[in-house]
Amino acid sequence: MKEPQDLIDNKSRRNFVGTAAIAGAGLGTLALAPGLQLIQVSEANTPSAGASSKVRWGMLIDTTKCASGCDACVKACATENGINETVKDPRQGSQWIRKIDLKNPKTGQEHSLPMLCQHCEHPPCVDVCPTGASMKRADGIVLVDRHICIGCRYCMLACPYKARSLVHQPLTAQNPEVPRGQGCVEACTFCVQRVDKGMLPACVESCPEGAMLFGDLNDPNSEIAQRVAKEKTTQVRGDLNLNLGVRYQGI
Amino acid sequence: MKRTLVGLAAILLLAPVCASAGASKPTLKIENPGQCIAPVAEMRVNHMEMLKHTRDRTLRQGIRGEKASLNECINCHASKVTGSVLGKDGFCQECHSYAAVKLDCWDCHQPKAGKLNVGQAEAAGVKP
Amino acid sequence: MQTEMSKQSGQSFYGMAAIGGLISLLGVAGAFYMEHHGHQVSGMNNQTFWGLPHVFAIFLIVAASGVLNVASIGTVFGKKVYKPRGPLSGLLAITFLAAGLFVIMLDLGRADRLIIAMTHVNWTSVFGWNMVLYPVFFGLVGLYVWLLMERRMYAYAKTAGVAAFIWRLVMTTGTGSIFGFVVARQAYNSAVIAPMFIIMSFAWGLAAFLIFQRLMFGCNNTELHPQVRERLNNLLGTFIAAVFYFVVVYHLTNIYFAKQTGFEQFILLNGGIFPKLFWGGYLVLGTIIPMLLLYLPSFQRIQGAGIIASVLTIIGGLCFLYVFIIGGQAYPLDMFPGMELKSTFFDGHIDNYVPSTPEILLSIGGFGVAFTLTLIVTRVLPFVPQDDVAKLQASGALHD
Repeated sequence: MKEPQDLIDNKSRRNFVGTAAIAGAGLGTLALAPGLQLIQVSEANTPSAGASSKVRWGMLIDTTKCASGCDACVKACATENGINETVKDPRQGSQWIRKIDLKNPKTGQEHSLPMLCQHCEHPPCVDVCPTGASMKRADGIVLVDRHICIGCRYCMLACPYKARSLVHQPLTAQNPEVPRGQGCVEACTFCVQRVDKGMLPACVESCPEGAMLFGDLNDPNSEIAQRVAKEKTTQVRGDLNLNLGVRYQGI
Repeated sequence: MKRTLVGLAAILLLAPVCASAGASKPTLKIENPGQCIAPVAEMRVNHMEMLKHTRDRTLRQGIRGEKASLNECINCHASKVTGSVLGKDGFCQECHSYAAVKLDCWDCHQPKAGKLNVGQAEAAGVKP
Repeated sequence: MQTEMSKQSGQSFYGMAAIGGLISLLGVAGAFYMEHHGHQVSGMNNQTFWGLPHVFAIFLIVAASGVLNVASIGTVFGKKVYKPRGPLSGLLAITFLAAGLFVIMLDLGRADRLIIAMTHVNWTSVFGWNMVLYPVFFGLVGLYVWLLMERRMYAYAKTAGVAAFIWRLVMTTGTGSIFGFVVARQAYNSAVIAPMFIIMSFAWGLAAFLIFQRLMFGCNNTELHPQVRERLNNLLGTFIAAVFYFVVVYHLTNIYFAKQTGFEQFILLNGGIFPKLFWGGYLVLGTIIPMLLLYLPSFQRIQGAGIIASVLTIIGGLCFLYVFIIGGQAYPLDMFPGMELKSTFFDGHIDNYVPSTPEILLSIGGFGVAFTLTLIVTRVLPFVPQDDVAKLQASGALHD
């Protein structure tokens, strides 16, 4: 790992939005996944256009490909988002994505799937948040604005998927692009810091079986939109009619 | 009664003076002079407003690459010794300790410069 | 007759105030410890995140609304026996709500952001409504109490009383709807929860009122007239019965739904502490024994039967809330009906919540705050109810 000083010197020589420039250059070399929105390459101080309601980010998870003992997605999420604190009581630990092992007690059939924030179109967590910290971005990503989260945990009560966690202790080793801290509630952000640069969420990229697909549900040319249109998919707790961003196959 | 009131008033008026008698003015160490996004006077007065409005535009609206980026501030202003904007000679800490304005940011934001997300690192072609 | 808490009981006043103050301070200490180190020092976790402080806080908030009932019956419904009790009832409403908010606000993950809570309000959230409902409640009830006690303004008391009555019905409906609106959980998502909380507020509020009234009379070495006592006790019994009705409807409906059966079995049969608290705490201690004390002649003769019934009602209420709030979180979410779940995030796992010392201190601190505040105000201002028994008897108010 480079010494902090080297990186500072490099940064100070670059344009102030150098990071975006790097991302732009990186973007040029990455094959654009269908449906991902082009981010403006900033040479001057031009901020990006921001999230658009024309886009609806979604995920398709084929659980038939999901291996039971594998938790690559969980580890990748923890690395990317800086979820690295040691917790005294594991029940107090944050989990943005986790693997659930399901077993049918009557038939004995078992399978496993990743469970994360479903990024509902009608999120109960957004309805109940007293300050509006729990919010849905224009492109469908549900986030917690930790600047105004008061840590009341009502969203945790309201979430049908147990997607939200409270940070129970002071943190010091956060990743700079993923601020998170004591007393605030948090959940999967679809790796918004990556998505905004045209990258895939860490879990999707890390899946060795290719079970997870991410893209723009509103773009008829995207792989995810085409598959959702052709193949049978299910929403967990679909009777709640929340129109989820995450769809499953094989459950 | 009058003497009590005078005495009380004296204590109240002198207290701040006595309390700050021991505090020394902050000595700011600018690690990268001449690179800030606005003149010093403007930054002193407006940096909180800049950060506050940027945070809403970035988080709630998804607008990236704004002029006032907290991470860029940290990368430039972090102490070359500690690598952080807090602690001894910490850029943010110096003035805020003196002015006794609590810094809420660092409960969530990473005050150390140069730490990269996996995603950032990949994009920059460096190891995280 | 003495209308303030007796100045002769000076020593006992300072003694009681010291104890109340100490309990309140211990509550603050518990809260500060949790705020400093984070909720890792509490027994709460990501499955049970509303713990004992929420149980006590919601009890105090619901009882605050209900204790105002005593004043409402006098002002809004014109019942003479309740009229002299109006100011004390209003005061208790204020102090209980303050105490409940004290507990719940200090339990926040970021209690330093209370101003943000008041300036950024999401109007689809019941908690957001509360940012208006609670302050206006304080204002309305404060105004109401003043109008009741200020002779020249007494004529306007009825308007304020009606406004306060309606306001608190809205407020308590909100408190019940905090749970009733939650579609995700088997314990909640029911329209009956809001009216159930309203009725519970009546019972718990009146019980709290009777206890405070007894304390004040005791300090002043006076006694309640037996016929007045009987009327108040009868009313408590009616409310306890009404609460029982709602609890029965709530559970019976849940039991009827196949998808809720697992949860009901957990709460009522095999959930460890929860069935014990429900049957033993809420039903036996909190409903059956008080009803016997209030209505059965052989029990009625027991010295202080009404007060014992009131204390037991409160204990029963706390037990009910513990089962309702904590049991509702302990039982896992039913994301995949019929399947057994296992995960590193404890899906499918029944949580075993044990309150920690800071939480216990904060919770009890709430009662300390309510008690100390009420004690201090009643020492200074004339809150002790004065019954003109002869007048009441003449008007037939004691022969219902």
